[in-house]
Amino acid sequence: MTTRNPQLNAHGELQHLLTLDGLSREIIAKILDTAAPFSTVAEREVKKVPLLRGKSVFNLFFENSTRTRTTFEIAAKRLSADVINLNINTSSASKGETLLDTVDNLAAMQANMFVVRHASSGAPYLIAQHLAATHRNDIHVVNAGDGRHAHPTQGLLDMYTIRHYKGDFSQLTVAVVGDLLHSRVARSQIHGLSILGVPEIRVIAPKTLLPSGVERMGVRVFHDMKEGLRGVDVVMMLRLQNERMQGALLPSPQEYFKSYGLTPEKLALAKPDAIVMHPGPMNRGIEIDSAVADGKQAVILPQVTFGIAVRMAVMAMLAGS
Amino acid sequence: MPTRLPDAEKLCLALADQLRPQIDPATTALVGIHTGGVWVAQRLHALLGLQTAPGSISVSFYRDDYNQRGLQSNAKSSQIPFDVEGAHVIVVDDVLYTGRTIRAAINELFDYGRPAHVDLAVLVDRGGRELPIAATFCSHSLTLPPSQILALEREADGQLFFRLIEK
Repeated sequence: MTTRNPQLNAHGELQHLLTLDGLSREIIAKILDTAAPFSTVAEREVKKVPLLRGKSVFNLFFENSTRTRTTFEIAAKRLSADVINLNINTSSASKGETLLDTVDNLAAMQANMFVVRHASSGAPYLIAQHLAATHRNDIHVVNAGDGRHAHPTQGLLDMYTIRHYKGDFSQLTVAVVGDLLHSRVARSQIHGLSILGVPEIRVIAPKTLLPSGVERMGVRVFHDMKEGLRGVDVVMMLRLQNERMQGALLPSPQEYFKSYGLTPEKLALAKPDAIVMHPGPMNRGIEIDSAVADGKQAVILPQVTFGIAVRMAVMAMLAGS
Repeated sequence: MPTRLPDAEKLCLALADQLRPQIDPATTALVGIHTGGVWVAQRLHALLGLQTAPGSISVSFYRDDYNQRGLQSNAKSSQIPFDVEGAHVIVVDDVLYTGRTIRAAINELFDYGRPAHVDLAVLVDRGGRELPIAATFCSHSLTLPPSQILALEREADGQLFFRLIEK
């Protein structure tokens, strides 16, 4: 018996985007290819195309995120969708309504798409399963970050950024640096990189900030940042998630910066044309030095711009599937 | 019975002859519709000695069948290298059929600005219109059944030719 990937419909098209894990290289490449023409929409007099005209996109943010919510909102609006932002912290959930009751109510309001951010890993899966069980296959779910599990659109926009600057994935050495333990971004990045055929993926972190079994994801582990950065083409910095830290995982932010902060001196060990990425929001002086964040190798702001085109592509592919 | 297909290169010359007295090479701009229309626009641009570089329009994001068929798998970028506001624009396509692509192209064009005047130039009008759209300039008319697709193709050496495809 084969179990179908819950993200795909019977024709093998994306029905939901929940994780990059298990997607084919073909599907990921198609999303990146589709994002390219969307990136030019913002250069026009009218920064909108009519694809999702008359469709309702609900941003369901059970956890705060200004940037991700805003870029999803911009992407949906540039596709001409109607966007409804629900900040659930301050809404029904605090009155005791369950997640699935909230979903049923929004489905009854003729929603076409849910963009879901949740502190619990698997919440978008639960919603997708519930929609299938209640025969609402006309509603699509996009995972905008769930717990420590996945943040697929961030992974995709990072892949788009790397492809934009480096062209081909097959010769690259890429380092993912920092707090991997709490990072759904890192998991989506590593899945994206390995599916697209990056031959060497390195992770650089102190032992306390690495999830157990990370080696099984096909990465080389480094605890010494200088050693790990030697000769890399791409440096993907992660945000130190202080708000998720419990107990003594770190000595102090200053100590962390000394060992794992990206400074110009450490970056000099990477290839001279290496690019520096960061998913934001940055902790300057903790995981990244301002001289690097604002330096000529940083592509952190282009990542944000590409993120809009990638999210437009994902929403347009889902809503048309 | 195979239909005798018109010679695409000759039709380009004939279309240029029709356009020449009606345009101002200094101000008229061409916009070709992907993919065949872009090739024809490039031909016409050279034949007419136009000063403005031709634009291209993909219509992938403006098609009226998105809800039935989804996003085209090979969505391309539109590129309009001139200011559409106040311009005389000639939309160029290889084959005029239902008129839906032209409607989508005009809608997209207006998202770049408000042109002063829009014309439509095509190599072949194959009939079968579903919208009230007509070509201003057309070098050949024929009638084909809905089961056939008339497609413009390009040889490695750049020569344009028509091919008839059975659905």
